Amino acid sequence: MTDSKTPKIRLKDVHKSFGPKQILRGFSLDVMPQESVVIIGGSGTGKSVMLKCILGLLSPEQGEIEIDGQPTVHLSNADREEVNAKIGMLFQNAALFDSLPVWENVAFGLIQGKRMKRKLAHDIAIEKLAQVGLGADVGKMSPADLSGGMRKRVGLARAIAGDPDIIFFDEPTTGLDPIMGHVIDNLIVKCVKEVGATAISITHDMPSARRIADRMAMLYQGKVIWHGPVGQIDNSGNDYVDQFIHGSADGPIQMELLKL
Amino acid sequence: MNPLRALGAASLGFLAATGRLTTFALVGIQHCVRPPIYPRLIGRQMIDIGYYSLPVVAMTTLFAGMVLALQSYTGFSRFAAEGAIPSVVVLSITRELSPVLAGLMIAGRIGAAMAAELGTMRVTEQIDALETLSTNPMKYLIAPRLIAGVTMLPLLVLIGDILGVFGGYLVSVYKLGFNEQVYLINSWNFVEAQDIVSGLVKAAVFGFLVALMGCYHGFHSRGGAQGVGAATTNAVVSASILILIANYLITELFFAT
Repeated sequence: MTDSKTPKIRLKDVHKSFGPKQILRGFSLDVMPQESVVIIGGSGTGKSVMLKCILGLLSPEQGEIEIDGQPTVHLSNADREEVNAKIGMLFQNAALFDSLPVWENVAFGLIQGKRMKRKLAHDIAIEKLAQVGLGADVGKMSPADLSGGMRKRVGLARAIAGDPDIIFFDEPTTGLDPIMGHVIDNLIVKCVKEVGATAISITHDMPSARRIADRMAMLYQGKVIWHGPVGQIDNSGNDYVDQFIHGSADGPIQMELLKL
Repeated sequence: MNPLRALGAASLGFLAATGRLTTFALVGIQHCVRPPIYPRLIGRQMIDIGYYSLPVVAMTTLFAGMVLALQSYTGFSRFAAEGAIPSVVVLSITRELSPVLAGLMIAGRIGAAMAAELGTMRVTEQIDALETLSTNPMKYLIAPRLIAGVTMLPLLVLIGDILGVFGGYLVSVYKLGFNEQVYLINSWNFVEAQDIVSGLVKAAVFGFLVALMGCYHGFHSRGGAQGVGAATTNAVVSASILILIANYLITELFFAT
């Protein structure tokens, strides 16, 4: 059990590279309990890599990652499964299992991870689908028959099915039209509040980031170069942040790219 | 580049790949015997590998037996040794043709399908999703396929043995004019338990190799559609080559005196 002053998630000086390419170069961030943090940054800056390091899908070469004060980088498989049981994840393209019907996708973590009876897991899955605005009839469908927005909703239902302490959202609105993006954002805010979870979202969609964030952090060249409450981002005093949030072609980010 | 350096780099690369494959195989085997086991998934794989491959294996071995009888007759009739045809057919089918042909057909059908399915799961982050849902992908995806490969291919080969011998019988009796009772008695008298057992052992090994290569290449697939395509090709080619190498080694083990 952690008190409210202990970060729910702590990343300290995390480094990760692929061959000669350094992706994370000393990434540090604290996320407090029940806080919704959005990490913004351009494509290829290491946002997804950072999430995969927290989930244990990738191992950082250097640095520490803690969840509820427990170091997680060198966990055994069994301990990792226990930690991951506290986490829900919405993948960029939802990553639904094609071979299973929608309800079983939502109930997967309950049946396989928590060894719940299929009937009970089915009922919970239908309830979670309703929570994201999908009817019970959708539960019988195959993921291949769903639209992009429905896939995201099913992915969201799967992420919250186990009532996780922590939820990660990887580019939750990518590939959606603005209206559906707004709907998904509202669902994320509602679901995170209902579950009482801590959330980390990564996106480069600024309207979406403003809707779902309590706090924002900007990732650039593998490091957090600014973080603060969402209301302060327009007055960050950081040229990189200003350029990014205004989507301007002129600024330090472009200039540095040209130098390469 | 210095040729010696290139040779060294290639050797190191080969050893590293062999090490990765061996580790993958050992971890896979470990998950086959350590609970939890997924009977539903094993059953689904058994149906895919066994039931749906039956027509392919049946046609292959039936026609292999028929061609073998025909070709043997062409050669043996020159030395008035037609009487040896039943024994040649039954021994060739049970020891070599049925397991090898079935293995190669399954490598093309199942090895490719496994690599494509797992490769697609990898590039669409479904395998990552499994891990975040506290499910070990080695146990959930790999172990059922290995178990199904090892158990189903011997069954297919057993059926292939019967159909291959039947193919030889059909050609010998209805085309070449053999006496059917003499053909059957000769076939029965020449075949020994070891001939059939060696074929089944080969089949189990080939089934393991096909499943292993399909799983390994699919599981480590990278780079979208192109990566999945490459994984599929690599799975079929490597499984086929390993089947031929393993066939020689097992034959040596059983029959070298």
